[in-house]
Amino acid sequence: MEILVPALLTIITAATPLLFAALGELITEKSGVLNLGVEGMMIMGAIIGFVTVHHSGSAFIAVIASMLAGGAMAGIFALLVLRFHASQVPTGLALTIFGIGLSALIGQSMIGIAYEGIPHISIPLLSSIPVLGELLFSHDLLVYFSLFMVFAVYYFLNKTRAGLILRAIGDSHDAAHAMGYSVIRVRLLATLFGGAMAGLGGAYLSLAYSPLWVEQMTAGRGWIALALVVFATWRTGRVLLGAYLFGGITILQLHAQALGIGVPSQVMSMLPYLATVVVLVLISRDLGKIKLNAPASLGKAFHASS
Amino acid sequence: MLRRKISTLLAVMALAVSNGAAAELKVGFVYVGPIGDHGWSYQHDQGRLAVEKELGVETSYVESVPEGADAERVIRQLASSGHDLIFTTSFGYMNPTNKVAKRFKKVKFEHATGYKRAKNVATYSSRFYEGRAIIGAIAGRMTKTNVVGYIASFPIPEVIRGIDAFTIALRKENPDAIVKVVWVNSWFDPGKESDAAKALIDQGADMITQHTDSPAPLQVAERRGVYAFGQASDMKAFAPKAQLTSIIDDWTPYYLERVKAAMDGNWESKDTWGGLDTGMVKMAPYGDAVPEDVRKLADSIEKSIIDGSFHPFQGPIKNQKGELVVKEGEVLSDEVLLGLDWYVEGVEGSIPK
Repeated sequence: MEILVPALLTIITAATPLLFAALGELITEKSGVLNLGVEGMMIMGAIIGFVTVHHSGSAFIAVIASMLAGGAMAGIFALLVLRFHASQVPTGLALTIFGIGLSALIGQSMIGIAYEGIPHISIPLLSSIPVLGELLFSHDLLVYFSLFMVFAVYYFLNKTRAGLILRAIGDSHDAAHAMGYSVIRVRLLATLFGGAMAGLGGAYLSLAYSPLWVEQMTAGRGWIALALVVFATWRTGRVLLGAYLFGGITILQLHAQALGIGVPSQVMSMLPYLATVVVLVLISRDLGKIKLNAPASLGKAFHASS
Repeated sequence: MLRRKISTLLAVMALAVSNGAAAELKVGFVYVGPIGDHGWSYQHDQGRLAVEKELGVETSYVESVPEGADAERVIRQLASSGHDLIFTTSFGYMNPTNKVAKRFKKVKFEHATGYKRAKNVATYSSRFYEGRAIIGAIAGRMTKTNVVGYIASFPIPEVIRGIDAFTIALRKENPDAIVKVVWVNSWFDPGKESDAAKALIDQGADMITQHTDSPAPLQVAERRGVYAFGQASDMKAFAPKAQLTSIIDDWTPYYLERVKAAMDGNWESKDTWGGLDTGMVKMAPYGDAVPEDVRKLADSIEKSIIDGSFHPFQGPIKNQKGELVVKEGEVLSDEVLLGLDWYVEGVEGSIPK
């Protein structure tokens, strides 16, 4: 128990950036757009968040700025893909490479600067409950916000009319277009939302997780978030599960090492991707149940004329 | 058309070469990471800036160059564009450097942390482990839980040497202390490094040391109220209370010396493995938490390493099984140290294969 609680606390912080980015990408993909630029949008969120907190001193403004930065990156992607019909896969890859370079350029003067991190809030009384209090009621605000967003995304996708339209467009843009829905506008909004959430995930890294700026600090988390969406078979609840699972694997492996249990850590680094490959294989085998959630028009360009 | 293109290209290249010969010395640097990593490549670039400032030499650098085919292309490019002296600053550049050096006999090359030399290829590295012996002694005196956490990158001799040097010094001061090692398989992943620090602290470590490049573990130590040691550069800004000291890579004296030698025409190929004595390894000022007697101890160890009366790998040294591998009065040779692949007594766990 002594080790369990701190280990779980660490898992929560490790899972939160993945959760933000994956929830955003879930909405983007549900609308039929495959944006592989998550890593690039995250890293831009990380640097803009850090620069803003350094100059303004306000974590709140920094978080907003990082969401705008992620959104702006997604806007570039949307312009190329939705307006000019660029192929989504290479455009997304280019966005990642662009983001890594641009963030390094912006961050040149931020190297070696410290920030004490987003304050944790401890809810009075509740947080003093043994075990549970520490686990549930003593995080930074962004952790709570990420959990709220899980609920919000679930509710939006499954319980609202707008969510239904979004899903319809993701499944068959031609049919949705014929019914009079604006495919491009919905996809633009979904892509921007995905960018803002990825930016927020990046900001969590540079403001709360390890509050500092170093180049390429996202270190592949954007890719894990992408894998996570597939792993979750495009279902909100499973994104939550997957984020905590992927986060958990990393942390437990570190604990295992410190306890002297020999697990090759390279294997552990592979696991999220391995799990995703397995899920992909399962999807292609079981066309019925799992594929039900996969957006059928994912990655396909939409031409209003067709 | 094609022929004209080629001839223009040749003319441009000839111009570039003649420019280089006519001008003063031109020095090139190849870095494996971004200069903004605040660690390895950053420290090399600080050396480059010092060369530019103090010797007035023109320098150029290429950052984030992957070890492999790309490296050869970059090094050849630097060699053919009029650079007279080229520093390649990562282990994986060893073969590309030597390959290019064969083609460009007049260009001088310096390869960091490697062992292949030629008439125009010198090698250099720093005895970072000497600093580990000092922080190990400090940790031994100051740990209360007798558990020290060590965040490691990759299981190569350089890193294992550090772990062993640290552990030997730790247990000399405190025979009950043990070292827990966590491998993160990265030189540089702030998130993972801080997770590793948290895991180690959760398991009772009250001292954190690292062989990875980001200051993230120090931030965790600061927040959790334990002590830590910086890596490669002074990281006090990130952990004003937690950092007890830091082992600093300082390439400036070496780069100044070598560039000056090239300017004076007496550069020659040799191997340099410099430590505290050459100023290539330095210790950051002690943190406020280090008590007076521990400072004295650390100072005396530093002094004895510099004057040669003490060696961090001086016997008796036992391996993990408790077998005596280095007898009293003997010292592990540089050759063994360069290929070190076993833990000393006091390190927990095994080296990942």
